[in-house]
Amino acid sequence: MRKMYDWLDERLDLSPIWRDIADHEVPEHVNPAHHFSAFVYCFGGLTFFTVVIQILSGMFLVMYYTPDIVNAFNSVKYLQTEVAFGYIVRGMHHWGASVVIVMLFLHTLRVFFTGSYKKPREMNWVVGVLLFATILGLGFTGYLLPWDNKAYFATKVGLEIAETVPLVGPYIKTFLAGGDIVGASTLTRFFAIHVFFLPGILLALLAAHFILIRRQGISGPL
Amino acid sequence: MSDHTLDHGGAKWRENAGRQENVNEITRRQFLTYTLMGTGGFMVSTLLVPSVRYAVDPLLKKGEEEPYVPVADVSEIGSEPKRFEFTLKVDDAWVKNQQTTYSAWVYKQGSDFVALSPVCKHLGCTVSWNTSPQHPEMFYCPCHGGLYTKDGINVPGTPPRAPLDMYDYKVENGKLYLGPLIQRT
Ligand code: HEM
Ligand code: FES
Repeated sequence: MRKMYDWLDERLDLSPIWRDIADHEVPEHVNPAHHFSAFVYCFGGLTFFTVVIQILSGMFLVMYYTPDIVNAFNSVKYLQTEVAFGYIVRGMHHWGASVVIVMLFLHTLRVFFTGSYKKPREMNWVVGVLLFATILGLGFTGYLLPWDNKAYFATKVGLEIAETVPLVGPYIKTFLAGGDIVGASTLTRFFAIHVFFLPGILLALLAAHFILIRRQGISGPL
Repeated sequence: MSDHTLDHGGAKWRENAGRQENVNEITRRQFLTYTLMGTGGFMVSTLLVPSVRYAVDPLLKKGEEEPYVPVADVSEIGSEPKRFEFTLKVDDAWVKNQQTTYSAWVYKQGSDFVALSPVCKHLGCTVSWNTSPQHPEMFYCPCHGGLYTKDGINVPGTPPRAPLDMYDYKVENGKLYLGPLIQRT
């Protein structure tokens, strides 16, 4: 191992790359080993960790999942009951979806109560709010995909909420539903948004979030 | 080292301490590397082990037993190969009971029957009997010119490397039933 790493490092100069990513001192006021209450600083990392789980388990789900009104429910049922460990992979995604949002909320509270959004970090708060919206969007669009009763009616209600937006509401609703009813084109549309558009946006926002943290450093103690 | 070192295994440690200082010692850095790698490895494997087993599930699923299906009346079968179609209900993942059509080239040889699979043993195109004017009385594959004799043996010098598969069969009440495929070499 050591030898292989050294061989590659000599040629590719790897060490500076991971040093830059991982080799930083943890300030005392964010280290739970010094002050236990500093565990609140872990929520950002935990949110990222759960997002990684969502992306991985999601990639495995798509191996069997079929975004089509005739087959969606049966494909989920098949992967859940007939594929080895399907209930675990789906379980990770299903429960992880809630855990992501809880972690994200706790992280937001931490940033709020430590006042970390203040100058010069205002723009990272904005990026964070966009991340929040993106992840809620992933939760909303993912919820339709199993195409069971709960999924169907939750989406109907969600679309009717969207419809109450002044002036443009009805247009938003038709655009999201891909037509007048929650049906075949709603499912394919939500699938595309859930699996391609929002994860792409999510990764771009996360990159911005982390680059800003690296530049501005972590905020000081209270 | 100092006097507040770990107590368990202390006797052994003290015994060694006099002679070789570092024999049983593990540096702080090593300890951290092992515990962090161990914990990290455990977490990554709880994620990946189920997912990978789930992804390779099709490799480990065993096929269904193939039933015998009635294909033709014995009286329809002569000594010239004739194509018969039959359908099977196949479960394809979540699409259950799919009607799938298969076919066989069937003829009579003495009191026995021969039922050959039409799937070319080169790359799987469909062969047919006596369709190439240059090669009469043979099974011919249009894709790359594969040839087989009447009993399904591949002709050397053409692409296929094995004889056509043969269906196992049985005869009941004047009907020919075809069963699982038998591979030949
Ligand atoms: C933060 C990110 C994500 C969140 C919050 C999220 C949320 C959800 C939710 C709530 C469901 C419904 C699950 C159920 O009712 O059991 C779902 C289903 C699904 N998601 Fe995601 N998801 C995320 C990322 C992804 C990604 C990146 C992919 C694919 C690359 C993906 C693929 C799927 C698929 C195929 C389903 C349908 C299967 C099923 O319902 O179990 N998800 N998602
Ligand atoms: S597939 Fe039949 S000759 Fe190539």
